[in-house]
Amino acid sequence: MRPFAYVKAADVESAVQAAAEPGTKFLGGGTNLVDLMREGVEQPDTLVDVTGLPYDTVEELPGGGLRVGAMVRNSTLAADRRVRARYPVLSQALLSGASGQLRNMATVGGNLLQRTRCPYFYDIASACNKREPGSGCDALEGFNRGCAILGVSDHCIAAHPSDMCVALAALDAEVEVRGVSGTRRVPLAGLHRLPGDTPQVETALEAGDLITAVELPPVPVAARSRYRKVRDRASYAFALVSVAAALGVDDGTISEVRLALGGVAPKPWRAREAERLLTGGPADDAAFRRAAEAEFASATVRQGNAFKTTLAVSTIVATLRELNEGAAR
Amino acid sequence: MPEIRMKVNGSVASLEVEPWVSLLDALRERLGVTGPKKGCDQGACGACTVLADGVRINSCLALAVQYDGREITTIEGVSHPLQEAFIRHDGFQCGYCTPGQICSAIGMLAEHTAGMPSAVADSGPLTEAEVRERMSGNLCRCGAYNGIVDAIMEVSG
Repeated sequence: MRPFAYVKAADVESAVQAAAEPGTKFLGGGTNLVDLMREGVEQPDTLVDVTGLPYDTVEELPGGGLRVGAMVRNSTLAADRRVRARYPVLSQALLSGASGQLRNMATVGGNLLQRTRCPYFYDIASACNKREPGSGCDALEGFNRGCAILGVSDHCIAAHPSDMCVALAALDAEVEVRGVSGTRRVPLAGLHRLPGDTPQVETALEAGDLITAVELPPVPVAARSRYRKVRDRASYAFALVSVAAALGVDDGTISEVRLALGGVAPKPWRAREAERLLTGGPADDAAFRRAAEAEFASATVRQGNAFKTTLAVSTIVATLRELNEGAAR
Repeated sequence: MPEIRMKVNGSVASLEVEPWVSLLDALRERLGVTGPKKGCDQGACGACTVLADGVRINSCLALAVQYDGREITTIEGVSHPLQEAFIRHDGFQCGYCTPGQICSAIGMLAEHTAGMPSAVADSGPLTEAEVRERMSGNLCRCGAYNGIVDAIMEVSG
């Protein structure tokens, strides 16, 4: 690993100041960053360790929401009784990701900023516009089984790897960011960017910006919610397709639906077209399928990942059906 | 160079480590604690699993400097019924993954006792399916999984 300097942040102000310098990165649990540094993909000059900052609690918000500190470990959040009761989709998403050991290490803030698992991003001998802008994209004609089919560009088809973020997208979470010029809030939907012709720019964050918390608004419909993940192994693998869904049904009619997708896009993908088509309509398989197919009408598939459209549609239908049957019981 | 102090298997250890030294390398190469193994060195195999203040982690992805002041337990510091259960149930063949398997299982059982849900079940007694899910971060290339699951089930029951 390339040598670097290590600074343990004493407080948020000094952390933000230090990280505003070029070549500086924040260090959370290290599960993604340390790996990328060992591979030579990330080569920071300085790491600012923020795990000692006092953002390691889950607190009540007025109205029934929750404020999750950015240093809360993934396993702690997954086990939180309030999360399991109010936002089961979030607990399930966290538990479907990585392994027990990694969830004990990984932080919420780090999970939000984890990098893609596209094999060409990881392999420094390959062309990758995200890792080395202008070098090309070996995934376009290569092993792209895991790559994205929505929101992609000719420059990058890397999929966002997080499970947690998919649940957060469905829940309309907000991210609190502390920067050099103060504190601001970014909707989760606006945190991650689509690749366009600048796939190396992945988020709306700027130099020095530190994620300090994620706020979950009250989402009553999420008390009945589900995260369903399809992958090449039963456990401990990244999603080929994942679905975060919450469903409210009133006398056979969908009163409210939340739907977000993982494994299919360069960012956690809120399926707003499908939601629009479903809301106010019947809660049955035909409607679920029509809405899911509409969401993928604009999909750009390649040889290795063309299966994802069918898989995603089927997984959406199965997830909504399961929620609907749960409602009828 | 940063100096860190850890309690490793009950003994206080002070050492100077460059920031890029992993906890695994600090244990193995600096302290001679070679129970935790380097399998993949990228958090995929679990052979490096140790307990940090009783919580299981992958020591290969942990920078040693982040564990200043912490209490680290490796297989050398373990005395647990799982060890004999692994022998009874043939929970290994070559043995390379075993230190990580046992440290992981100890951490996993503590998590379950503390009420940590899994992707298989939100609560309730440990089932075989749950053990497989909760232990999925530990690979065994000899394929001794059936024995490993049996050993853990016996001790958890």
